[in-house]
Amino acid sequence: MLHNIDVISSNMAAPVNSVCKTSADRLQVNCTSFQKKTRSKLISIPGTRPSVQNGQLLVSTGVTSLDYLLGGGLAVGTVLLIEEDRFDSYSRMILKYFLAEGVVCRHELFVATAQDNPDEILQELPAPILDDVAVPKPVEQPRLTGEPQDILDAMKIAWRYQNLPKVQSALASSSRFGHYYDVSKTMEVEIRQAAKCHRFYLPDHITPSSAAHRVESYSALLKSLQEVIHREGFDLATPMSKSRNILRVGLHSLGSALWGDDLCCHDKPRHSHALTTFLYGLRALLRSSLSVAVVTLPSHLIQDRALMGNITRLCDNAIALESFKGSERETNPLYKDYHGLLYVRQVPHLNCLARQLPDHKDLAFKLKRKQFTIERLHLPPDLSETVSRVSRGEPVGVASACGSSASGTKNLDF
Amino acid sequence: MFTELNSILNTSPDSYTRGEFILVSDRQSDASFLIHHFLSFYLRARCKVCFLGLAQSFCHYSAVSQRLAKEKGQLVFFEGLKECLSVLTPKENNVESEAMNFLRDPPVGLRSLYEFVRSSVIGSDNMEEGAEQWGPSVLLVDDLSVLLSLGVDVGAVLDFSHYCRALVCSQVQGNMVMLVRCNGEEDDDDDGDIGSDVLLKGLTHQCNLNLHVQGLPTGYCKDIHGQMEVCWKRRQGDAPHMQKNLFQYKVYDKGASFFARGTSSAVL
Repeated sequence: MLHNIDVISSNMAAPVNSVCKTSADRLQVNCTSFQKKTRSKLISIPGTRPSVQNGQLLVSTGVTSLDYLLGGGLAVGTVLLIEEDRFDSYSRMILKYFLAEGVVCRHELFVATAQDNPDEILQELPAPILDDVAVPKPVEQPRLTGEPQDILDAMKIAWRYQNLPKVQSALASSSRFGHYYDVSKTMEVEIRQAAKCHRFYLPDHITPSSAAHRVESYSALLKSLQEVIHREGFDLATPMSKSRNILRVGLHSLGSALWGDDLCCHDKPRHSHALTTFLYGLRALLRSSLSVAVVTLPSHLIQDRALMGNITRLCDNAIALESFKGSERETNPLYKDYHGLLYVRQVPHLNCLARQLPDHKDLAFKLKRKQFTIERLHLPPDLSETVSRVSRGEPVGVASACGSSASGTKNLDF
Repeated sequence: MFTELNSILNTSPDSYTRGEFILVSDRQSDASFLIHHFLSFYLRARCKVCFLGLAQSFCHYSAVSQRLAKEKGQLVFFEGLKECLSVLTPKENNVESEAMNFLRDPPVGLRSLYEFVRSSVIGSDNMEEGAEQWGPSVLLVDDLSVLLSLGVDVGAVLDFSHYCRALVCSQVQGNMVMLVRCNGEEDDDDDGDIGSDVLLKGLTHQCNLNLHVQGLPTGYCKDIHGQMEVCWKRRQGDAPHMQKNLFQYKVYDKGASFFARGTSSAVL
């Protein structure tokens, strides 16, 4: 059940083998939280806001452009899957943004890792810019005062394009939700320790056993998470009188060999359904509690694309990062403004039929000191052709300004 | 319930064929919106519906179709997500859900799940005093591919669907609607997704009506969400007769519209 606070009071735990008889009372529930007459009081939790599209309760991922891509934010009760880039630099960065946002919003954190100690990730959280008055990029470009109106208004040559909307490159929503972080500094210890954090470090929980009938690490993680949810009162079944908070769950590098899984090692993994069963159980836990999860997965190590498809379907939101580091695109002048490409693999439809599909599928990201931006990738027009056409008569030595070797040989074409 | 789909399929809540197995399938797309259509269709047709909701929580389905089972006893809902937790994270005092015990031990198969279906379909025949008379039983499953992800063997899922079809379509003369989801390209040689392709082929062979949803072959479009192929298998005389139709669709907040290829409102 997704964060729909109106329904919490009426959704009591049904008996096993549930024959779910809905009474007439429950039908007064509906999607939106914008209700004038409600039977239950609306409880507002800091750091959340209802979605304008369908009234879902949303939290910020810490990256404003990513919030915009996901339809305003991450819905409480859902999972965001991030397919890691090759060196796990940017996916780890987004995970840190997510956890840092939780600290700033006073949510509780649950961090699970198999590789580094969770404390290491927590110590690397970026410092929030708390006194920041940065204005997010507005949708419409504001008119600069003093500039004569006609220059901006009338297009003389491309007048047919006058009435088309201006292209908006930077993805940002108009109202402020979420915070900005300075990546060059780490969060101060006092701020970080003010937030309650639960840790799950795999080597502490299980001892590696050779005869593993199934992958025990995932069931240990699921049990630990359920115990935290129940003990700290994130369960939706807990009575409403307590003040509610959100639990942010960060799971680092699931599916890697360090979790005891052989998805990334073999073409035909032995326990191919261990991770998918875990994700199913995770969805069950999240839908019945006030929590939200971000899972990173080294998908570039998984050979089986169909398995990746199953994993993606069991998560609600899914994005994939591809960084340019170490590839030939790093030096390609076309991509010089960006650090990598971002693919939106899946967007959910929650409590309604329609999905919030992104407008464009070609997105690129860049990590600046104070912002992680995701923009539509614009490839500039290819100027080398026109220049070589103009300069056809010129000798080879006087090459065009952006001429590459290709245009040079065109002049030598006999 | 999508009125355009009703006219495409030539059915209505007042008159529909009984004893049918309708297979809803998709490839790299999402056909779950059709499940919502059939759910509200059969509820409006005053059938007794047994819904195995394995993929999403109950509140998701009830939020989409607001008129969900107003009458008492019309809908038997099995929420897979809730039941699975009792098996995946067992506690001492908790009674384990029998129907999901394949999670603990996948080779066991789906027998317990079938017993649950059987008890809710057959058990409805013993009417209590004053209970209303409902129409024929209908079984909806959303979706079968989740069972494959949870480790159940393809053969076991095919057996389960066969048993259910024998029970629901032949014995009780009700209808059955199942959703199967596939990955990968159809003529892909690599044996990554043998499981769901085998399942899809097996179920396509058994079904009477197949609604196959795919993305557009020309790529991503914001106004047209995909194409749907409707394939009827009828028997005319001795020979089976297959009839196929192709439509494009767009999904809205609370409905979907279907149109012939090239006649989308965004284009015309």
